[in-house]
Amino acid sequence: MECVFGLVGKGFAIVAADTSAVNSILVHKSNEDKVMVLDSHKLLGASGEPGDRVQFTEYIQKNVHLYQFRNGIPLTTAATANFTRGELATALRKNPYSVNILLAGYDKGVGPSMYYIDYIATMHKIEKGAFGYGSYFCLSMMDRLYHPDMSIEEAIDLIDKCIIEIRTRLVVAPPNFVIKIVDQDGAREYAWRESIKSPDVSMA
Amino acid sequence: MLLLLFRLSFLSFFPSLSLSQHFAPTGTKPHQRISVSLNFKQRKQREEKRRMMMKLDTSGLESFSAAVPSAMAAAEDQLFAPPSFDLPAGCADFDKFQMEAKQTLKHAKGTTTLAFIFNQGVIVAADSRASMGGYISSQSVKKIIEINPYMLGTMAGGAADCQFWHRNLGIKCRLHELANKRRISVTGASKLLANILYSYRGMGLSIGTMIAGWDEKGPGLYYVDSEGGRLKGNRFSVGSGSPYAYGVLDNGYRPDMTVDEAHELARRAIYHATFRDGASGGVVSVYHVGPNGWKKLSGDDVSELHYKYYPVQPTPVEHEMVDAPPA
Repeated sequence: MECVFGLVGKGFAIVAADTSAVNSILVHKSNEDKVMVLDSHKLLGASGEPGDRVQFTEYIQKNVHLYQFRNGIPLTTAATANFTRGELATALRKNPYSVNILLAGYDKGVGPSMYYIDYIATMHKIEKGAFGYGSYFCLSMMDRLYHPDMSIEEAIDLIDKCIIEIRTRLVVAPPNFVIKIVDQDGAREYAWRESIKSPDVSMA
Repeated sequence: MLLLLFRLSFLSFFPSLSLSQHFAPTGTKPHQRISVSLNFKQRKQREEKRRMMMKLDTSGLESFSAAVPSAMAAAEDQLFAPPSFDLPAGCADFDKFQMEAKQTLKHAKGTTTLAFIFNQGVIVAADSRASMGGYISSQSVKKIIEINPYMLGTMAGGAADCQFWHRNLGIKCRLHELANKRRISVTGASKLLANILYSYRGMGLSIGTMIAGWDEKGPGLYYVDSEGGRLKGNRFSVGSGSPYAYGVLDNGYRPDMTVDEAHELARRAIYHATFRDGASGGVVSVYHVGPNGWKKLSGDDVSELHYKYYPVQPTPVEHEMVDAPPA
């Protein structure tokens, strides 16, 4: 199952997710990017049903861009989180989206922040969180090893420890993970942790 | 005879009418029978209560069996028993019955299709068997649909769904060309289809398709399904035989294959899937999409391929039968 987890450090926030696209017993793809870059300083890690995940996160992304075009300034992370939660809540009783979201962002003056948004539109502002089967192993590890204001090296080390734990203990562990980071310089991809590399075509 | 039946049926249809005239309400002793004139609403309520009380299992209550004479109880059982014939299966819940009937005949993506990108373009291959449960309805279905001269779609799932929506996609692609004076990209075409399928999600469409083509950015391959998923990738196989095809495809794949090698790999992968999967068979069709559009490379019957890959070996005889020497 899909694992998404993340934590907030000193001046940055990290979101990591597995990269498998699975259909019952079949793995269609091992390098599917599930952490979307919403705008220059926001990351949206999502897990859930394939159609819902892509459609909902793209919908949020386009609305975030629209706000910026209309108003000339970007949305804050808190506002984005509340907007996302509102959309999930409105759709919940009619046409619910089965997507779990970890939204991380950096705002000038406020610093880094992370929001946990459930598929039934629960929202919490958190320092560390995880979704999926991987959460059973990661949450306790993060509770034990996390402390506020971690440096980037310490945080990546903790993320790697979580990935290793998932690979060791989860019966259908996803082989590859992507790690993305957002800080005052923006949101970007930090690293891939791959244990299965597929031969890539030298694209035209 | 007829009269008797009529009376019985009359009583079974209107038990409440006869009850007050012939039988005491359950739970009361015969000498307690009281004739009361009730208004309609009160009578209805009492009948409801009686009907509900009658359904109780009173075998544990000794007082009840003692109170009511056994003959009356037996007669009561017979008259208020359920109808003498069993209702046909499915009549209890018509909606669920229809759903269940549809499920048995559902295709459930019984097929094998595959597509992969390599340096020289895209190869698309599929079998040609259509099955309904355990019945093979056709061995010559075209599962590779030509959306336009440079884009192909594969069919897995409901044949009608795939054919209709691919044709619809072809129409939308043509409209895009006319409106924008340039061909639509594979990304755009697959997104159009994915959005349509997403809006119908949960309504029973069954489509597992791959959109393969060559556009300005080079070869493109997307997997789109009726759950709304859309994946960009280099290698996909869809259908009940897809795990078998993946096994052969993943092992033989190299990005720098020639067109002939890729052709043979695709054909081999589909053949092996048809060998192991009962819902796949018929003819393997292989297409190649290059910079100038698609071209059909081959269509081979899988049973002929079988004997080509595994020619019949003369089996060595262990013991030869020899005539007994004349005595």
